[in-house]
Amino acid sequence: MNPLAVTHITATSCLGCGMDATLQSLRAQRSGLAPCSFETVDIKTYTGEVPGVDDIRIPERLSTFDCRNNRLAWLGLIQDGFFEAAARCAQRVGPDRVGVFLGTSTSGILQAELAYRRRDSASGALPGDFEYAETQNSFSVADFVRRALDLKGPAAVVCSACSSSAKVFGSARRMIEAGVIDAAVVGGVDSLCLTTLYGFHSLQLTSSGPCRPFDVARDGISISEAAAFALLERAGDAPIHLLGVGESSDAYHMSSPHPDGVGARSAMLHALAAADIEASEIDYINLHGTGTQTNDSSESKAVSSVFGTRVPCSSTKGATGHALGAAGALEAAICALALRHGFMPGGLNTTQIDPDLGIQYLDTNRSAPLNRVLSNSFGFGGTNCCLILGRHG
Amino acid sequence: MTELNAYVEGIGLLGPGLPDWAAGSAVFREEAPFESRPTLLPTPDSLPPAERRRTGRIVKLALAVGLEATARAAVHPSHLPTVFSSSGGDGQNCHEICQTLASGERLLSPTRFHNSVHNVAAGYWGIANGARAPSNSLCAYDASFAAGLLEALTQVVVDQSPNLLIAYDSQYPEPLFTKRPIADAFGVALLLSPERRSTSLAQLHVTFTDCPSEQMDDRGLEALRTSIPAARALPLLRALARRENKKVVVDYLDSLQMAVEVNPCS
Repeated sequence: MNPLAVTHITATSCLGCGMDATLQSLRAQRSGLAPCSFETVDIKTYTGEVPGVDDIRIPERLSTFDCRNNRLAWLGLIQDGFFEAAARCAQRVGPDRVGVFLGTSTSGILQAELAYRRRDSASGALPGDFEYAETQNSFSVADFVRRALDLKGPAAVVCSACSSSAKVFGSARRMIEAGVIDAAVVGGVDSLCLTTLYGFHSLQLTSSGPCRPFDVARDGISISEAAAFALLERAGDAPIHLLGVGESSDAYHMSSPHPDGVGARSAMLHALAAADIEASEIDYINLHGTGTQTNDSSESKAVSSVFGTRVPCSSTKGATGHALGAAGALEAAICALALRHGFMPGGLNTTQIDPDLGIQYLDTNRSAPLNRVLSNSFGFGGTNCCLILGRHG
Repeated sequence: MTELNAYVEGIGLLGPGLPDWAAGSAVFREEAPFESRPTLLPTPDSLPPAERRRTGRIVKLALAVGLEATARAAVHPSHLPTVFSSSGGDGQNCHEICQTLASGERLLSPTRFHNSVHNVAAGYWGIANGARAPSNSLCAYDASFAAGLLEALTQVVVDQSPNLLIAYDSQYPEPLFTKRPIADAFGVALLLSPERRSTSLAQLHVTFTDCPSEQMDDRGLEALRTSIPAARALPLLRALARRENKKVVVDYLDSLQMAVEVNPCS
């Protein structure tokens, strides 16, 4: 594929708002996870909540879109000058030449969960102030961001569970390559809600403590929330480029990855082929690394089958938690930080690396010049996506 | 800009009064009247029994139209990239989850939860067909059909590979129905290919426009088109069934409509 310029990128998560705060937390090996105190949730688990989301005010003209997910989207959009950069890009190429492709797994479902508590006692009707299209519907976040930025190009939400906001890079890449658009706002926004907290708990996939990816005693995920955005352009003088995207399906199980990582391996090989580089040219891998027994075992088999033990790998989910549909974009932003600063973030909370997982897992920060890094994102339904980002030139 | 062209190799259709593509074609050609009847969804025999029991209407619908399109084109789905596009996924399952979470006992069933992901149909499609090719799952609210078609077409022209588009929606129960009045299931599948084959049905060429979308003459079909997002495909399906050489405008986003030029093959 033709490399695309990543002309702007930003991330907001439990590590902080914007790239500087994210970098500082990663450098300090500070986790954003804390015992879950979200809403009325009574599960013993840790979550990565973004402080102050409920106090965010979205633009008045878009008030029907008001919900936690779109507040988080707005908070993320106004960090690092992203909003202005996207507006300048639209001015340059035309608002109809900028697409919006965002990933989410649950969008504003929390709004529906809360509305169901306020049903009319006689008729069962939902309250009149519940806006389905603008909050609950998966497309709501892309619709909101497109309107907030006054963009007029194509738009869609990719809603493929935890690979969603990695796959949007693939959709945008094809649209730009086909010439349908010249630039795209891509990213992911997912916010805490009861469906995912109680849902993952029902599958016994939430850890009772902070998640410990690749630890011998790992026992599940810590659910979190995040908003991360990137501006992709066909041509642009940017230090970081999107070099490759690889996608695949497991065809195995709805909620477990293929035990041998067949789909994950295929996604990584496709990404390398798209970038036209060898496995030996990858300097760091940001793992999906959720901290479940099955994910980390399956992913390590896939990674070692392609890269052996040569490449330093880490999961940043011990710091950020698992932001589900926003994880892919969040970790792309972390990869951008890694490339910019020659910095590989060590995985947190892992006290004893599982010796059965045959990869070079970093549990401390390491500095080294990095030219090309790879990020994995996998999701329920056996959906896999792998991104390769690199320094330009 | 690369021309957004693709050849239609197979079509699947299932909706109220439109039990399959053959029957639907006859309605679109006005050889048979349109009589709206509740959509009957087949059992997804392609799934192992354990998985089959767990599937909701939305999965049965998507699998049925996808398999119809691939069966007619004699292509095995295992190597076929797919684009699934739905305006909101499984409304019944969503209702059950919200109801449980609003109750004192917030115990969700694991199946209920994994069925809540928007890509549930794509997941089951992969399991049913051993399909390990890339698959995307989109949502664009009322624009979901055109958004799916655009995604599928860019895959065809950029990756130079065939692609199966499956656009599908199913009904919402009350109280969600009042907020999102989708009354029945409707699905359409288009198997698209980058090059013309002897079996190609038509070439599609997509551009953008600000013209209003084409309507259906039949009042029942027009009501169907406007009430179920996936049925925004109806004017395109009518042109395909009639083998018309014409440009059809289908609904996309507020300020951006999609024009699909249909050129029948021989």
